[in-house]
Amino acid sequence: MQAAELCEKKTPPAGSPSDGRNSPFVVEMCSIRKTFLDVTASSDVNFTLREGEICALLGENGAGKTTLMNILFGYYAADGGEIRIRGEKVSFSSPGDAIARGIGMVHQHFTLVPSQTVLENVVVGSSGGRFFLDLSAARKKLLALQERFGLSVDPDAPVWTLPIGGQQKVEILKSLYRNARILILDEPTAVLAPLETKDLFSTLKTLAAEGCSVIFISHKLREVMGIADRVVVLAKGAVAAERDISGTSERELANLMVGRELPERRYQSVKRAGNTMLEISGLTVKNDRNLHAVRDVSLKIASGEILGLAGVSGNGQRELAEALFGLRSPVSGSVSVDGKQIPTANPRAAIASGMGRIPEDRMTTGLLLELSVEDNMILENHCRFRKTGMLDRPSVGKHADRLIDEFGIKTDGRYAEARTLSGGNLQKIIIARELSGAPRAVVAAQPTRGLDVGAIEYVHGRILEARNNGAAILLISEDLDEIFQLSDRVAVMYEGRITGIAGRNETSREQVGLWMSGVESTCA
Amino acid sequence: MEQVFTLTFLTGLLAAMMRMATPIIFGTLGEILAERSGVLNLGIEGIMLMGAMTGFLTTLSTGSLWLGVAAAAFTGIILSLLMALLAVWLGLSQHVSGIGITLFSTGLAMFIYRLAVGSPTNPPTVQPFTRTAVPLLSSIPVIGEAFFTQYSLVYIAFLLIPAVWVLLYRTSWGLSIRTVGENPFAADTVGINVNLVRTLCLAAGGALMGIGGAFLTLAHQNMFLIDVVGGRGWISIAMVIFGNWDPVRGAAGALIFGFLDALQLRLQGLGFNVPFHLFLIIPYLMTLIALVTMSRKASAPAGLLKPYRREEKG
Amino acid sequence: MRLTLAKRSPLPGWIQVLVPVGAILVTLALSAIPILAAGGDIRLSYASLFRGALGTRYNFLETCVKAAPLTFTGLAAAFAFRAKFWNIGAEGQLLAGAIAAAWTGIHAGSLPPAAAVPLVCIAGFLAGGAWAAIPAILKTKYKVDDVVTSLLLNYVMWHIMGYLLFGPLQMPGSSWPRSPAIAEAARFPVLLARSRFHLGIVLAAAAMLIVWFINSKTVFGYQARAVGVNPRAAAFGGINVNSVILKTALISGGLAGMAGVGETAAIHFHLLMDISPGFGYSGIAVAMLGRLHPLGTALSAFFFSVILVGAQSMSRITGVPTYIAEVIQGMSLLVMLVALLLTEYRIKAVRN
Repeated sequence: MQAAELCEKKTPPAGSPSDGRNSPFVVEMCSIRKTFLDVTASSDVNFTLREGEICALLGENGAGKTTLMNILFGYYAADGGEIRIRGEKVSFSSPGDAIARGIGMVHQHFTLVPSQTVLENVVVGSSGGRFFLDLSAARKKLLALQERFGLSVDPDAPVWTLPIGGQQKVEILKSLYRNARILILDEPTAVLAPLETKDLFSTLKTLAAEGCSVIFISHKLREVMGIADRVVVLAKGAVAAERDISGTSERELANLMVGRELPERRYQSVKRAGNTMLEISGLTVKNDRNLHAVRDVSLKIASGEILGLAGVSGNGQRELAEALFGLRSPVSGSVSVDGKQIPTANPRAAIASGMGRIPEDRMTTGLLLELSVEDNMILENHCRFRKTGMLDRPSVGKHADRLIDEFGIKTDGRYAEARTLSGGNLQKIIIARELSGAPRAVVAAQPTRGLDVGAIEYVHGRILEARNNGAAILLISEDLDEIFQLSDRVAVMYEGRITGIAGRNETSREQVGLWMSGVESTCA
Repeated sequence: MEQVFTLTFLTGLLAAMMRMATPIIFGTLGEILAERSGVLNLGIEGIMLMGAMTGFLTTLSTGSLWLGVAAAAFTGIILSLLMALLAVWLGLSQHVSGIGITLFSTGLAMFIYRLAVGSPTNPPTVQPFTRTAVPLLSSIPVIGEAFFTQYSLVYIAFLLIPAVWVLLYRTSWGLSIRTVGENPFAADTVGINVNLVRTLCLAAGGALMGIGGAFLTLAHQNMFLIDVVGGRGWISIAMVIFGNWDPVRGAAGALIFGFLDALQLRLQGLGFNVPFHLFLIIPYLMTLIALVTMSRKASAPAGLLKPYRREEKG
Repeated sequence: MRLTLAKRSPLPGWIQVLVPVGAILVTLALSAIPILAAGGDIRLSYASLFRGALGTRYNFLETCVKAAPLTFTGLAAAFAFRAKFWNIGAEGQLLAGAIAAAWTGIHAGSLPPAAAVPLVCIAGFLAGGAWAAIPAILKTKYKVDDVVTSLLLNYVMWHIMGYLLFGPLQMPGSSWPRSPAIAEAARFPVLLARSRFHLGIVLAAAAMLIVWFINSKTVFGYQARAVGVNPRAAAFGGINVNSVILKTALISGGLAGMAGVGETAAIHFHLLMDISPGFGYSGIAVAMLGRLHPLGTALSAFFFSVILVGAQSMSRITGVPTYIAEVIQGMSLLVMLVALLLTEYRIKAVRN
């Protein structure tokens, strides 16, 4: 039975025994509506979940998947609609209520305190009213859960020492510790290597076998086909379709996600590449915990070439990008653009060398959200508009208008505050700022993260354009599809080292997947 | 100069150290509670002053010292709840909210005092706390007199140090507080009411701050002067940083400050040829130096200074 | 049913300007409570306050006189806070400026006024700036919190002044902490007859224009704003954040120092222990009420001065303690904060 039909039935007639308890559905969400300011995140969404099933919630970025699940988890309050758990109508005002009903959620951004131990992280807030911490009892319970579900982590290890996959296990254990029978996972594979993903999937299958029900949010079609029993496709805040996995295909789902026929992604043929334009030599960088995050990395990128650096987040890409941007001082090694070495830990020098830089966290690192679009445009080259110490506002305005026009940035004019713009348009500001000056080299870190399909296509187009204009481009991305669509050569970063590098046509996703997991390495 | 090395001098010095450190210990412990939950309470200086004033006036009018202490604690709670309203529930800048509370409290304290007492030539005084000796322990030479023949509030302050430590590290409340301070999102997703925890921590901290202020007018001295707190609130804030947000370390810092304060007072009377004002600077300078050395390694609670709101956009 | 905050769409500019005005009105209304508690008659109290501050020409000019140091310390706070440099040390910087001004003024006897006055100003500005540089250096080089350091330095400077006034700078033969008088040539001229309206007030107004100019027209102003909004992004963009913070501190401290210069060279003509009744701290409230904007700060300083001066006559006529001024000052800051919040969010009732 489809969710919409079920929701039509509403409450059983008066006098009859409450039908709800016989319902095969553990979760029913009916006509859920949610708006933020003037953006409708969910419009009239119906969603159901059966016991013991793994249901995928599929949709592109911005489709409303996380919002819907946050409503189920009690983090948000819906503006309209009804939720029933095992047939009983519920009303959550906070996650505490949802947890009491057996719902657990593993968020995209981990809810862990790095400096505390696994045990402390699991136990917090759930000591059943006891005043003093009884860690030994908690430890017993935790170990039992680990046994039962096959999730092994050292309870006394501080969380920051665990690899991302281990941290995710702690997140799942947190929910299981609180007797969750309904588990929601929000883009869990975004931070995992292919092997770890396999691990996660077997855990999910174990959970389903034990009678838990799983909701799996993703925008990755391949994985959804691999793990889910059923899939619900969300597009623009509304349900676009519901399918049993056995009755659909990747292609159909892709079209449903976007609402139109997607053209076949074609790999664009490369013009002949030139000389080495961007050279990274023996770069070693430490992270915030004073551990080596980047170990002796050397890469050479020619002018007119895109080198895609694949790898799961957390293997040093962030530190590598920060070192290239000039935000982090490397322990050793050098960076050169067009043969000239750039002084490190000096953003000004990086800019002056003709490097276009697209940072991973556009909001925290690349933009001044409280300032105007215009002020953001000139963040790097404001000195060019200096006239006797003063800022030549008319010229700045002209410059900003030109870029807004050229890059199609949707904004209420150049004076609009940057934070009123959508994610895609914010990225356009950065792209406009970084790519408009015909850069010689471009370092782009996760440039399409969190963007909708239209914005992603746009960013890809501009990157390719920069390449065709002769720039040497280092594309750091955790999205293998993106890597394979755009790159001329593919390299993989694992635990701070380059574990594999090959021309795009000389390698395969499987091979790259192995490099990403550190299983194989073609490099010494 | 030989006086320095007599036992009398040492005993007097240590006893004074305990007295000077006490208000700062109250302030530091109170501020640690607030900051561990993620709120910087810059209202502390004003709250201590209001505590000093209400404690004094209450004792002046009722004759009861402990009632004065209670009134001071109550005042501290009220003002901290105001801080909670601004910084936690409304999410205003913690810096500015705190300074605003201090400015407001300072003005209010002076206003109410003047209203209640007028401007007599001889400011009113109260019968201050007397020292209580701990049986047996107070007979130990030097230490007995310095540490165990003190005001009750001194004993309370020192007992609170392990109490706050136990609260933070050995109770479930403490784990919740620490989680709220480090990652409020994490706390929210396990059902902890972040804003409520912060409010309670501010209130409890405020009570301690108020009592610290009352100590100054009811034990340390016996009258109320406008500058009776004299920056001890800010010193407490520095001690929190110095102690890396740990109650025991912070209290140790307070003790060191108390020692320096007591020392400079005594050195003044020894006939050194240095103007006494420069002695007064010593404790502040030492605090600054201590901050510089500690700040490299200092790790504030990760959620400090950020108001917590559930994200607006999914 | 519970109340939550919901973000609202940006308000038009004219409402934004009215917000401080609204805050002032609310504050004045709320201050009726302490006035009543003090037994003051409401109408008489407010009337005597406003008449005392604005009722006669002399009163009005006196209000201007008190507004000058508040404008300087307000600008000091506003300029610093805009770059998120939490300069709470304006009080100490003011004292540093006063000390430098007094010393220079005392020894400037042989110079003509055209040289002595600017010299005194420069000395005071530099002294204040230098004192503010300390927390800035500690912040940029050693990552020490600027709030605590700038605060502690207030007390250090206070004791330094005590040392000086009981020592090298003490009026010979006196047992009071008071310096010798500064030379005639170094004193700020009075600009309007039968009042104390002096050069310092004009300088304060000029400072407001200069700060406005720096903020909105110069490259440095842009950089300071960027650093205040997001230091990480500012660094990413190639701005030298440490240099910006240091320069901001120097200017901010210099402005606070000018407040001290004015009090020394125009009002007291000596250095005294109580040369500042907390102008440095008031400046913070002044700046917030003025929304960190130079013109707003100046207007807000004038308002605070009205309260300060008016409270004196209110006290004489109704017996309400003069400290009502500090109470109103603190209240206005808190009210302003809430008002600012309400421009960004509205309170919404949410059904469960």
